[in-house]
Parts: sequence; structure tokens; C-alpha cells
Amino acid sequence: MWEYTDKVKEHFINPRNVGEVENPDGVAEVGSIACGDALKLTFKLDENKKIVDAKFKTFGCASAIASASALTEIIKGMTLEEAMKVTNKDIANYLGGLPEEKMHCSVLGQQALEQAIGNYKGAPKKEPGEQIICECFGITDREIERAIQENHLTTVQEVTNYTKAGGGCGNCHEKIQAIIDRIYSGAVPEAKVEKKPRLSNLQKIRLIEETIEKEIRPSLKHDGGDIDLIDIVGNRVIVATRGTCATCHAAQLTLKGFVEYKLRELVSPELVVEEESP
Amino acid sequence: MKTIYLDNNATTQVASEVLDAMVPYLHDLYGNPSSMHSFGGQVAKTIREARERVAHLIGADPDEVIFTSCGTESDNTAILSALAVNPDKRHIVTSRVEHPAVKALCEHLREKGYGVTELAVDSEGRLDMEQYEDSLTRETAVVSLMWANNETGVIFPVEEAARLAHDHGILFHTDAVQAVGKIPINLRDTGISMLSLSGHKLHAPKGVGVLYVRKGTRYSPFLIGGHQEKGRRGGTENTASIIALGKACELAERNMEAENTKVKYLRDKLEAELLKRIPNSRVNGDRVNRLPNTTNISFEFVEGEGILLLMDGFGICASSGSACTSGSLQPSHVLRAMGVPFTMAHGSVRFSLSIYNTEDEIDLVIEKLPPIIERLRSMSPYWKPETSACVNV
Repeated sequence: MWEYTDKVKEHFINPRNVGEVENPDGVAEVGSIACGDALKLTFKLDENKKIVDAKFKTFGCASAIASASALTEIIKGMTLEEAMKVTNKDIANYLGGLPEEKMHCSVLGQQALEQAIGNYKGAPKKEPGEQIICECFGITDREIERAIQENHLTTVQEVTNYTKAGGGCGNCHEKIQAIIDRIYSGAVPEAKVEKKPRLSNLQKIRLIEETIEKEIRPSLKHDGGDIDLIDIVGNRVIVATRGTCATCHAAQLTLKGFVEYKLRELVSPELVVEEESP
Repeated sequence: MKTIYLDNNATTQVASEVLDAMVPYLHDLYGNPSSMHSFGGQVAKTIREARERVAHLIGADPDEVIFTSCGTESDNTAILSALAVNPDKRHIVTSRVEHPAVKALCEHLREKGYGVTELAVDSEGRLDMEQYEDSLTRETAVVSLMWANNETGVIFPVEEAARLAHDHGILFHTDAVQAVGKIPINLRDTGISMLSLSGHKLHAPKGVGVLYVRKGTRYSPFLIGGHQEKGRRGGTENTASIIALGKACELAERNMEAENTKVKYLRDKLEAELLKRIPNSRVNGDRVNRLPNTTNISFEFVEGEGILLLMDGFGICASSGSACTSGSLQPSHVLRAMGVPFTMAHGSVRFSLSIYNTEDEIDLVIEKLPPIIERLRSMSPYWKPETSACVNV
């Protein structure tokens, strides 16, 4: 059994601000049911651009519910500038601390807040150039870097506790370690440039099929997902997502960060992966 | 607040008769059964009786019973022994839904270079016997399949599986920790070479187990030390607990009928009422070949930890296969092997009953759980009230 503080228990038993704000100014949905926790945050601003109301809906464990409840209490009455400075540590501290293994619940809250403010400001959901490191939970390099920097994490286990990255199959542990090493050595990764021979259309189609079959499918199937190749139009590769991929929040990121990355690496750097429009 | 204990696959209460039987051996009769004096010798005699009682419950000879410290020790000993006596065979057959005592050991052995076949199960948690037979090779040293699953209660056809292994000349081990005491077991005419059982799952204390090793089976001990257990397991006997286990086995034999009538009735009532009252719920696992005391129910769109904590508020004890309660970040390996959708796996709750549960207790759970699920669903971003229109049929 987890050792929760009285404050965590109290916010779990009597969560504040459950629901959705009507006509919200900012909305965010982070996490997914496949990953085991998800949070929908909505807030409304008053005429002075202060957060006058904030509500949440959470799928997750007691500490996820308590973290979301705490988050809404913390940000109510704040200006957006103030709210942007709220970190996962503020959420955990508000609750008198969280078990180490549950810190990811507070990180989820921070991510929701950031995304909801971004949503209000009209910013895109994800920064370009992000790469998925942990395929089990769809966690990107940026998310891991941020958690490491803000919480001074030094081990893979700590990164797992804070972001869930590495908590599934464990295949990404080396990549996480590399990010930790990079951050503490201050090094910048080198850009890799490789020349690929030009392919005929038929060769390209075959190579795309082969890459999906051998390199991409097995990895997606490991997480209960799958993709089907629908069409190839010039350099556009059109696919349909299946299984958990079809419902996963990270599917878009998987398509860009993993499927497209792999195809560009192994077939041609000009390829663009698109999802079949329904 | 009264505790309503529905977590008997995790551990059980020591029966009062069992407690009474063991207490003298902790204080008054503390002699070492290996001693030459009659003060110790009288303990040896009681241990012999305990061994006979255990053997009787599982249809074995007393000589085939080796006392150990727990189910995990028995499982580890069995598999490592089979590998030790077959040094030229480097393949193990097991399933994807085994208890960690077998599963983690096999993963460890895989890293050491052994070949491990983990048999898949279907959506009901059943083995594919054809796939099983195909997996047996000349290289196979041992098969280890659980008799009954701890999470779902699903019973594997181990006697049939053991016969096939026996026909191929392969040692067969079964982790029967959840099965012993709940369903009748008679090892005499089976091909089972080794069987593990654990005291605390059948109303004996924690810290005592048994490894059954069929007469004539080549065997290599795990704990090497004194001549205890005829050199098959070193270490001074845990006398009080062994005597307790003997008593517990005697009680289990006497209660076997109640387990399969009274306990089964309560389990069935709990299951049927919860499914009826809570939309979007389902039972995980084969409902026909199942332990009489276990039900594993999933409630869609909610997370198990919240359910357990809110039930805890009423003194109700159960378990969940959700990620938050599994100690890892992924839901139970058993439910994942069965392909239970994530929307369901995270919201799974296991109730495991014992002969000490009453109908009043079951009625209280039936009354308290539906509002708990409703409350958590009202907080869940995935729950849409209209979803409940298509109730489970």
C-alpha cells in the first residue's frame, strides 16, 4: 500500500473542482487510458486575465486525482504569467509530498497546465522536433529533459518515477541514460547526415513496405497497436492506425516521431507520413 | 470498523484450530526434531504426522513431501532441480500468466542462456493444448505450468499437460499454490513430477511451504546443509509452522465441500449482482474452469487503486490488476496476456473469498461498490453517461 499524506487522501476523498468549465478559455487533455492515467483540464479567465475558474477530470490512481485537485486549487486566482511558473514540485508540495514512484502524477498536472495555457494562446500542442524516447508510454525527449532539469534527476529510475518513461518494456533505458549524461555534461548531440542512393518508385514502395513490416510493426504490436499502409503518393506515405494506436493520444507523435523517423532513416529523407482521413 | 476480507488469494487468516495446534511448539515444545533426546524427538513425531496430513490432502506419499519456507522457494527449487539433473537440456516450457516466482526465475534463466517458451493464453485465460504439445522438444528439461491462476482463478488442465510431458520424458512441475485446499487434488495417478504449495494460502501461517517430488524423480537440492528432509532441503525445520500446515491441510480436506458449495455460492452471488448493478463491467477469465472462490471483474473507465481505497473506507479488502497497484507502471501481466483492453485492465478488481466469509459481508460489498464506481466514473474524462446505455449483455 502506498503511504499517502493526509492531504493526498483528503483531496482524493473530497476532490475540489471536478468537472468541466463551461465555455473554457483553455483546454488540455494529457495522458491516455492505455498509459494508466489521463487528465482533462479546463479553465476560464476573468476580464483581468486571471484564472477565475478551473476544473478537472481524471482517470487514474488516488494520487493522480489528488494532484489534479491540487492543481486547480493552486492556479485559481493566478494570472497566466503566474500560472506558467507553477511546476510539478509546487503540486507535490501543496499535497505535503507524493511517494517517489508517484511523482509522475504531479508532472501530468504540470503538463496539462502548460498545454491548457498553450491552447489559450493558440500554440501548437507539441513542439516540433520532439522525439519519442519511451514507446510504451509515448514520452518524448523534451518531456524527459524538462523533468531532469527541473527536478535534478540523476538516475533512470528517477526519470521513470517522474515521467513514467522506461517503466514499460525497459528498452529505452539506455536512451534515457544518454539524455541524463548529455544534460550533465552540457554536450549537444551531433547532427547525423547520411547520403542515400536514389530509388526508383517501385524500389521505394517495396522498401517502405518492408520497413513497415520488419521495423515498425513489431514495435507497435508490442504495445497492442498497429498500422496499415494505405497508399503512397509521391513522397506522401498514407497509413491508418489500428489497435491501441487508434485511441492513443501519442499516436500522432508516434506517426511523426517513430514511423516517419524510421522511414526517413531507412528509405528516403523526403518521406512524409500522413494518417488516412476518415 | 469490521474488516471484510475478500483477498484470500493474497493471504489467509490462520485458522484458530491451526493456531492452537502450533502454539505449543513455539514455547513449551521448542526442541529440535533432529536431537537425540526425547524432548526433541517428540517434535519429530509430530512433524511426521504433519507430513502425512499434507500428503493425504494431495494424494501423495509422506516421503514425497519436502517442507520449504514458501511457495517461491518450492517453485525455484523445482525448476532449478530439473535443470540440474538434465544438464544437456536447456529448454523450459512455461506460460505467460505464471506467478512471478516462476516467471521471473524463467526470465532470469533466459538471460543465462536457457531457451524459454512462454505459452500464450486466449482471451479467457486458457491454454492452447496443441501449441503446448508442439512446444515440447528433445531439448526441453522441464515444463512449469500453474494449476490455478492467482489473479483470475482460471484452472489449467495440468493433469493432461503432465501426461503429455511424461510421454515425452520431460519433468513436469506445477505451481499449485492457489489450487491446493480449494479443489480436490490427487497426484497418485498423474504424470506430475513436482508440485509447489504454500501454507499461508490455506489458513496456515506465512513462511512455510511444500515441494512435492514424485518418488523416483531425479532431484537436486536448492538449500544445501544438514540432513533435514532427508538431505533434500537443509535448514532446521520451522517446526511450529510445519505442524500448523499439517493441521491446515486436515481442515482443508474437511472444508473442501463447503469451499465448492458455500464459498462458490457467495462468489457467484457477488459476481452476478455486481455485473447486474454496474454497467460496463465484465468478468476476466474462463468462468467454467475456475476456482470456486475467485472472481476478477473489470469496471471500464476507472482505475483500480481508487476503487480499492474507497472500498478500504468500508473495511473491504480486495486486489487490483491496475498499473498503480501492480508496483510497475503497466497493468497485470495476466490480463495483458489475455488481451484485456486497457480500458478494462486498469479497472480490474479481484475478490477472493474463504470459508470464513458470510453472506452479510457479500451483501455489503454489493451495496457499497456500485456507488464507488459511479463516483469515480463521474470524475473520469472517458466516461460518458450515454455509454452506459449499451449495458453489458
